[in-house]
Amino acid sequence: MKKLLMGNEAIAYGAIEGGVQVVTGYPGTPSSEIFTTLAAMAKEKNIAAQWSVNEKVALEVAAGAAYAGARAMVTMKQVGLNVAADPLMTLAYIGIKGGLVLAVADDPGPHSSQNEQDTRRFASFAKLPVLDPADPQEALVMAREAFAISEQLGLPVFLRPTTRTCHVCQDVEVAETVITPPKPAGFVKGPNWVIFPSLAAKRHIWLNEQQEAAREIFENSSFNRVDPGVGRQGIVVGGVAYHYVKEALAILGLNIPVLKIGTPYPLPINLVMKFLDGLDRVLVVEEQEPVIEDQLIKMIYQHRRPLVLRGKYNRYVPREGELNTDKVKEILGAFLKIEVPKVKQDSNQPALPIRPPVLCAGCPHRASFYVFKQAAQGQEAIFTGDIGCYTLGNMAPLDAVDTCLCMGASITLGSGLQLAEPDKKVVAFLGDSTFFHTGIPGLINAVHNQAKQTVVVLDNRTTAMTGHQSHPGLPRTATGTPVEPLDIARLAEACGVGFVRVVDPYDYAAALEVARQALAYDGVSLVVMRRECVALVKGGQQARVVEREKCLDCGLCIEELGCPAMAKGEAGPVIGANCTGCDLCSQICPTGAITKRGEAKCD
Amino acid sequence: MRLDIVITGVGGQGNVLASRILARAAMEWGLPVRTSEAIGMAQREGVVMSQVRMGEGSYGAIIPDGGADILLGFELAETVRGLPKLKPGGLVIANRHTIFPVSVSLGLSQYEPEQMVSYLENSTARYHLLDATALATEAGTYKCTNIVMLGALASLGVLPYDAEHLKQVMLAFIPAKLRDVNLKAFQYGQQALGGV
Ligand code: SF4
Ligand code: SF4
Repeated sequence: MKKLLMGNEAIAYGAIEGGVQVVTGYPGTPSSEIFTTLAAMAKEKNIAAQWSVNEKVALEVAAGAAYAGARAMVTMKQVGLNVAADPLMTLAYIGIKGGLVLAVADDPGPHSSQNEQDTRRFASFAKLPVLDPADPQEALVMAREAFAISEQLGLPVFLRPTTRTCHVCQDVEVAETVITPPKPAGFVKGPNWVIFPSLAAKRHIWLNEQQEAAREIFENSSFNRVDPGVGRQGIVVGGVAYHYVKEALAILGLNIPVLKIGTPYPLPINLVMKFLDGLDRVLVVEEQEPVIEDQLIKMIYQHRRPLVLRGKYNRYVPREGELNTDKVKEILGAFLKIEVPKVKQDSNQPALPIRPPVLCAGCPHRASFYVFKQAAQGQEAIFTGDIGCYTLGNMAPLDAVDTCLCMGASITLGSGLQLAEPDKKVVAFLGDSTFFHTGIPGLINAVHNQAKQTVVVLDNRTTAMTGHQSHPGLPRTATGTPVEPLDIARLAEACGVGFVRVVDPYDYAAALEVARQALAYDGVSLVVMRRECVALVKGGQQARVVEREKCLDCGLCIEELGCPAMAKGEAGPVIGANCTGCDLCSQICPTGAITKRGEAKCD
Repeated sequence: MRLDIVITGVGGQGNVLASRILARAAMEWGLPVRTSEAIGMAQREGVVMSQVRMGEGSYGAIIPDGGADILLGFELAETVRGLPKLKPGGLVIANRHTIFPVSVSLGLSQYEPEQMVSYLENSTARYHLLDATALATEAGTYKCTNIVMLGALASLGVLPYDAEHLKQVMLAFIPAKLRDVNLKAFQYGQQALGGV
């Protein structure tokens, strides 16, 4: 049966075809829909699906299930893998019993990430095999097969899609019937589950041997394939770049041999050497790091094969950003020394407006940032930020995010800044999901070490940026089971925070008063700014309108808030149809010119 | 048969839904299909572009520059921004509606709608302009701008399937209580470009 599936959905369907029984993960673009698709089918397919508080926890829970023989999948994005790195490196030594697949999505570009790190590098660092799909259909098949490969090797296996697989849709062949996996065999006690140094020394030898075992499996894998062509020049291509190479060759009317690699680590030597046999010049095309290329260079040296190899090291292929057909066309032109017709850019094009992503109209974070900026006026304050929608608070005119490094780092970076500059006020912003992810250890650290800072938890009752996933502060789990929500304020109190308040950021006056008190507090203070994400509230407040007679056209509302529902008009601000009626603008307007639509005189 | 369509607009305009409807209609018509969409941070009122490739011999989901047969512009300036994707002689359907970004209100950048219109007029061979957002508002909500645009596209007879097929697939995507509004929006779009 054919279904139109996004790559992430295809991976979820593949995991089900592969008999997955346990799924864990932490949301992160571009990976999130793998888990949400599985969670939506969890009850029907009898899968245990749990959002975890962070990626380390997610990997450990999945590993536990795999210890007992269950087939498990853990999902995250590339930067999430850093959080899971600690268990990962040793888990490779311990190995698993039931198939364990780490679906880690990479984001070259980057479209929605703090960096462009290459998960294939991480996998080879951990000495674990990687499958790298070229499109959603292949992602489905790889997800399905990965469990068997994992069990055969006794090792966790990586499935590493990139944004252009995760967020690409394709008509995908889905199996009509799905085999129900057998009940897990169960955990069998034994010395091999406890990583003593003596075991680590022994297992390291085993792990190194498994590299050859994995390589042998990949020698015959259908994920690697030769597309024959003519001549003594050829291309080795990995992952999504395969389609770019094929399209560029078609555009240029060329027919040269291509080796498609779907298993970049460990690289199948015999297959590659056989491909190289008939060739004098070879180009390696892959996104991000030279993972395939490095292994090829080593092989060529070890086998003393005279060959011209081109790729990243000659700067033929960029090491940063995403590839596409246009870039690959240029690369092919340089490699084959042929003319490539360029698409002409029109120089008469009028100047286009700058349009970066901004906080939504009526976003409660806008109100929170504004409140704290107002409360801190006249004092020197540093606003440390974190990962989430609210990173967008750094945009003009709010300018309320001075740092952003990684999940949970607003509190800890703030503590460090405060050590160096004790006279400045430090306000650390982070979201509710982020607070649970890695915020709490930083908060405990700040309290224990007697920091003086204000922590603001922007609690919008969801994990908004990645698509509104649940977290422990909410009264339901990933599969919709009702649970007792964790109370961030009470948690903060239990961590020893001396000043804790909960306030609604839409209530400007009350929030401002709380913010002032929090900033004045001598020690760690924490304010929970609680208001649901606007994207979750359907048909909420009445939209606002500007009464012309009362408006002075002072521009305050526009210049201070940067709400995308407000635009400059001929006679003062104009509020558009996308206004959600959060009422922030009307609370700061000095003349009370902004009122509810329908109630205003000039409507 | 092969057709590459680019949809440009602003995050929140229903770009993703539009490309999924076009793609699902293609799939149900028996054509292989690929789409690519902007998801995540870019969706928050930023520049967004969706791509739909249908028919035999489609490669990856990204249309090369100068390769698209059709450009559907949901917002005026974004239509201009998307032009480099269009084939010489390709078809443009542009929404006259403008969305001024915060950067313009703050004086950090400029937006001259009239310049955009005359540029589109002068630089494209096959070009249609309509106020899809006004039509959508008339149909019930500005939020179905995307459906008006699909209706307009369907009326031109350039898709591999007929307008009725696209309409049925569209309705299957929409929750029951919003079907009437969207049906109207689709029809307004069709009528705007001379369809039924
Ligand atoms: S009430 Fe004011 S600040 Fe809130 S969404 Fe509407 S225009 Fe924007
Ligand atoms: S703050 Fe009030 S008076 Fe000033 S421009 Fe805005 S609506 Fe007009």
